[in-house]
Amino acid sequence: MRFVDEFRDADKAHALAAKIAALCEPGRQYKLMEVCGGHTHTIYKHGLEDYLPESITLVHGPGCPVCVIPMGRVDDAMHLASQPDVIMTSFGDMMRVPGSNGSFFDAKARGTDIRMVYSPLDSLKFARANPDRRVVFMAIGFETTAPSTAMTMLRAKAEGLTNFSVFCNHVTIIPAIKAILDSPDLRLDGFIGPGHVSTVIGCRPYEFIANSYGKPVVVAGFEPLDILQSIYMLMLQLSQGRSEVENQYSRVVPWNGNLVALKAIGETMELRPYFEWRGLGFISHSALKVRESYADFDAELLFDVPGVRVADPKACQCGEVLKGVLKPWECKVFGTACTPETPIGTCMVSPEGACAAYYNYGRMTRKRVPEAIELSSRP
Amino acid sequence: MTTGQTGQDWITQALHEHEALASSDPTTPPHERREQGGAGHRPEHPVADREQQVLDRIDRARRRRPKVREERITMSHGSGGKATQTLIEAVFLDAFRNPLLEPLEDAARLEVGEATMALTTDSFVVSPLFFPGGNIGDLAVNGTVNDLAVAGATPLYLTAGFILEEGFPVADLIRITESMRDAAAAAGVRVVTGDTKVVEKGKADGCYINTAGVGVLRREVNLGVAQARPGDAVLVSGPIGDHGVTIMLARGELDIEADVQSDTAALDGLVAGLLRAVPGVRALRDATRGGVATILNEIAKAANVAVVATEEAIPVRTEVRGAAELLGIDPMYVACEGRLVAVVDGGQADQALAALRAHPLGEQAAIIGEITAEPPGLVTLKTVFGGTRIVDLLVGDPLPRIC
Repeated sequence: MRFVDEFRDADKAHALAAKIAALCEPGRQYKLMEVCGGHTHTIYKHGLEDYLPESITLVHGPGCPVCVIPMGRVDDAMHLASQPDVIMTSFGDMMRVPGSNGSFFDAKARGTDIRMVYSPLDSLKFARANPDRRVVFMAIGFETTAPSTAMTMLRAKAEGLTNFSVFCNHVTIIPAIKAILDSPDLRLDGFIGPGHVSTVIGCRPYEFIANSYGKPVVVAGFEPLDILQSIYMLMLQLSQGRSEVENQYSRVVPWNGNLVALKAIGETMELRPYFEWRGLGFISHSALKVRESYADFDAELLFDVPGVRVADPKACQCGEVLKGVLKPWECKVFGTACTPETPIGTCMVSPEGACAAYYNYGRMTRKRVPEAIELSSRP
Repeated sequence: MTTGQTGQDWITQALHEHEALASSDPTTPPHERREQGGAGHRPEHPVADREQQVLDRIDRARRRRPKVREERITMSHGSGGKATQTLIEAVFLDAFRNPLLEPLEDAARLEVGEATMALTTDSFVVSPLFFPGGNIGDLAVNGTVNDLAVAGATPLYLTAGFILEEGFPVADLIRITESMRDAAAAAGVRVVTGDTKVVEKGKADGCYINTAGVGVLRREVNLGVAQARPGDAVLVSGPIGDHGVTIMLARGELDIEADVQSDTAALDGLVAGLLRAVPGVRALRDATRGGVATILNEIAKAANVAVVATEEAIPVRTEVRGAAELLGIDPMYVACEGRLVAVVDGGQADQALAALRAHPLGEQAAIIGEITAEPPGLVTLKTVFGGTRIVDLLVGDPLPRIC
C-alpha cells in the first residue's frame, strides 16, 4: 500500500540499526524521550526496540492526551454528562478512562447519554437534531486537536447554535516538556519531538530545549522508519556535540506551523493561569480555556461544574511513568492490579499510553537484530 | 465470582490480589530489591532480571480465575475480546459448568446412541441488516453452519428464532428469509423448527435472529484448539477483515467509501475437502468477532503454546488495510464471516494449503505462522517492519454489532 509500506521497509531498518549502533560511544548510556504517545504506540506496535542497541533507552513522555487528564476533570465531565438534558460527546479514547465512579462506558451502561464521535464537528449534528437537549463536547488533547475544537466553536457561532458547548481540557505541550527538563529525577540526552503537535505549532517552540538546555530535538513522523531515522539524527547530533532542532517530518510539519489553525485557536481559546496534569501536578499556563468572547460555548460557565480535586489512587504511579522516571513495568501495580481491562491509571487506558502499549505489544523478552549489537559488545 | 462492587472498591480488591501475587514471588519483589540492593551491589543483568520477574508475575495474574468487575453489562462484553471471555468464564461457565461445555469450542460434541453429534447456537444483531455481500439472514445461516463445520461435523438441521420490532417492514422480513432459504440450500441444511416474538417499537432494532444447528461427526474426527503442539503450522483460508470493514462502512458514519463486501459464506465444503486431504488437522475455527487475533489467542491459551505469526504472510485486501489504517484498527481483530483458521501438523502444511486453495473459498489461503513451545500462552507477531510484538486479546469494542 503506497505511503505506508515504504515507511515500514525492513531492509532500510536494518541499515539504520547498523548506523545507529556505530554511533554509540562504548560504555555510554543514552536516554531519549519520545514526547508523544503516538510515537510510543508505533514503537511497540512495530517492535522498533528490536533495532536499538542495549545502550539506548527510549523514555516515554507525557504526550498522551488521555493520560494527563486528572481524575477530578473526569468526574466533572461525568457530572455534566449526567444532567438530564445533556448529550455528552467524546472521542473513543476517553470512554474507558476511570473517574472515581467508573468510566464513561460504565455511565453509558447506567443510562447516561454519552456518544462517541470521530470529529468534534459531529457534535453539531447532534445539537441540530436535538434542539431540546444540550450537547457538550468533552474536548481533550494537545495543540493537535485544539484546532478542530476551535473550528467547531466557530461553526456553531456562525450557525447560531445555542445548545452546544465545550468542556475544554486542551493542554499545551511546551510547559510539560519544560516541567520534565526542570525535574531533577531524570537525565535525558535528547527528544524525539511530537510530530502531530508540530504540524500546528511548528518547530520553533522547541528551540529553547536546544539552546537553553543543550539537548537535541528531532521532530519525527509516526511510521517506524520515521522514528528510527529520528533516533539516528539524534545520535548523530550527540556524537558531533551539537544540540539543534531538526525536522525529520518535513513532509508534513512546516517550520513555522499552521498559522490558520493557530489563529482559530487564538480566536476561541486562551491560556489558563494554571491547570492540573495527572502525575505532573499543577503547571502554569499549560492549558487552554474557552475565550470570554465565546462564553456562550463554555460548559464551565453554562453549568455548575463541581471542580473537585480528586487524588489519584495511592498505588497508581502514572505520574512517574508520564515523566519517564519509571518504565511501565516498574510501576507497582502494572499488569496485576492494573491492566487494560481494569485500568487504575490513565496510562493503561489509551492506546497511546505507555503502559497500555507495553502491556499489549511489548510484554515479552526481546531479541535484538544483529545490526543493533554494538561492535564493542560483540563476541 | 465478584460482582456488584461500586466505585473504587474493586481497586482495593485488585490491590489485595496484587499483594498476594507479589508475596508469592520466588524472590523479593523487584522494587524492594532495588532499594535493598543499593549501588555497587547490582546483580549481573539487573534490568533484564527485574523485568522478567514482572513478566512472570503478570503471567500468573493472567492465569487467575476471571472476575467480572463491572456492575453492569457494557458494549465490551459483546466484543468477542477479553471482556466477553471474562463474562463467559465467570458467569456462564460458572453457572452451567459441565464437561461438554468446558472446552468452550464453537460447537459441543455429543454422544447420542451410536452417533456423535455437534450442537451449536448463535444470535445475530448486525446493524445495518442489509449490507454489501449479504444480510442478517444469510449471516445467521452461515454463522451456525460454520460453527458446525469447523467442529468437523456435517451440518444437517437448523432452528430459526426471530425477535421482531413492532413496525418492522414485512417486505424486509421476506427478503431476509429468502436469503436464509438460499443460504441453507447452498450449505445443504434445512431449517426444521423456529420461533417468533414481537416486541414494542423501540425495544429492539428491527430484527434479531437466533439460529441453532446440529450436525453429525465422523467418529475419528476430534478437533480442538487444545490439541495444537509445537511444530504445527497455522493457516487462514483467505483475506481477513472483509466483513467487519464492510459493516463499518455500510453504516455510513465514517464518510469513507471502499469497494469491499462481506465474505459471508458457508465453509462446510472447504472444511470437508481439507479433512479429506489432511489427516493431521488439529483444530479449525471460523474467525468471526474478535478476528484472527482472538482465535490465535484461544489456541495459545488452550494448548499452552506460543503462536508465532508473520504479518507479511497474512492476506488482507488493500481496501481493508487502507480503511483499517485510517481508522486505527488492526485487521487482525476485524471480523470475518467466511474465513477459518486451521492448525495442522507442520509436516502437512503444504498439503493443507493445497487442499484449501483447491476450493473456491480458499483460493487465497496462506500459511501465516507456526506453533512453538515458548513463550507459552502468548501470540507474537513478526511485523513487516522486522520487529516483534505481542498480539493480545482486544480490550473494548471498536465495532459493536458486527454479526
